Amino acid sequence: MSRQGTRLDQKKVNSELFTLTYGALVSQLMKDYENVDEVNKQLERMGYNIGIRLIEDFLARTGTGRCYDFRDTAEKIQSAFRLYLGISPQIMNWSSSGDEFSLQFDSNPLTEFVELPDHCLNLKYCNVLTGVLKGALEMVQMDIASCFVQDHLKGDPCTELRVKFIKRLEDAIPAGED
Amino acid sequence: MTIHNLYIFDRSGILLYYAEWNRLKQSGITREEEAKLMFGMLWSIKSFVCKISPLDTKKGFLCYKTNKYALHYFETPTGLKFILNTDVNAQNVRELLYQIYRQVFVEYVIKNPECNLKEPIKSELFKSQLDAFVKQSPIFGLKSY
Repeated sequence: MSRQGTRLDQKKVNSELFTLTYGALVSQLMKDYENVDEVNKQLERMGYNIGIRLIEDFLARTGTGRCYDFRDTAEKIQSAFRLYLGISPQIMNWSSSGDEFSLQFDSNPLTEFVELPDHCLNLKYCNVLTGVLKGALEMVQMDIASCFVQDHLKGDPCTELRVKFIKRLEDAIPAGED
Repeated sequence: MTIHNLYIFDRSGILLYYAEWNRLKQSGITREEEAKLMFGMLWSIKSFVCKISPLDTKKGFLCYKTNKYALHYFETPTGLKFILNTDVNAQNVRELLYQIYRQVFVEYVIKNPECNLKEPIKSELFKSQLDAFVKQSPIFGLKSY
């Protein structure tokens, strides 16, 4: 196994490079689509495609099993943020039925040097994250919805991502089986 | 000890990859037919095993053994299924399956944007890495046919 990649895993990618790359991506999308809603949608779609693959890496690295409840899921999402972005968002504001919670970010490497210009106040700059969560959890048979309810970039005191459990997805039954 | 063959299925039962090493006798049916029967059997075993288990199953069905071979089953939480047939003496096959998932499948399929996850794997790199990985395992045995 002489592949460089496996050894590179141990090292960290320079976080500024990462931040700037993401910024370049978002601003290029703004130029290409010229429409904030469309950019939000594209970011989520990209995130979704990242999520469905990222979950396999997460499972392989952590060797984690199935979640027993949604709180368990929340903790695993938190640990994934630590693993991939080096941040630990706080889990808070559980709904009374336990199917909805918030992730609160004090720092966010995606937004480090970012200021939103006036004409894109509707831009959900980090919308890629909602897509990642959706894609990753869909692969483990969970349908969720998430959205940003507070955004540091729009003058809120912190960034808050609300995650809501919708339903469990059932395994497909092979044709001809009951 | 020896390894006969490996199947990788996705969540919906598509045979993503098949490889064989020391398989001396063929089943006499087409590969597609064989894969379909394999997936159907595993699906039935899995659901039945869970039904008759006296306690809640956590990992569910792991393997079965006949007097000639043993089938080892590893399913990820995402529903990927890895099946490895070995002779009856093979030890720690589950560990090997997990390593195949972790060190070969995730590295060379999941992280390869060329690989569509809903289609059979065509990557030559994956093929050669998997082959090398299986052959270096002690379970594979030193005997080469």
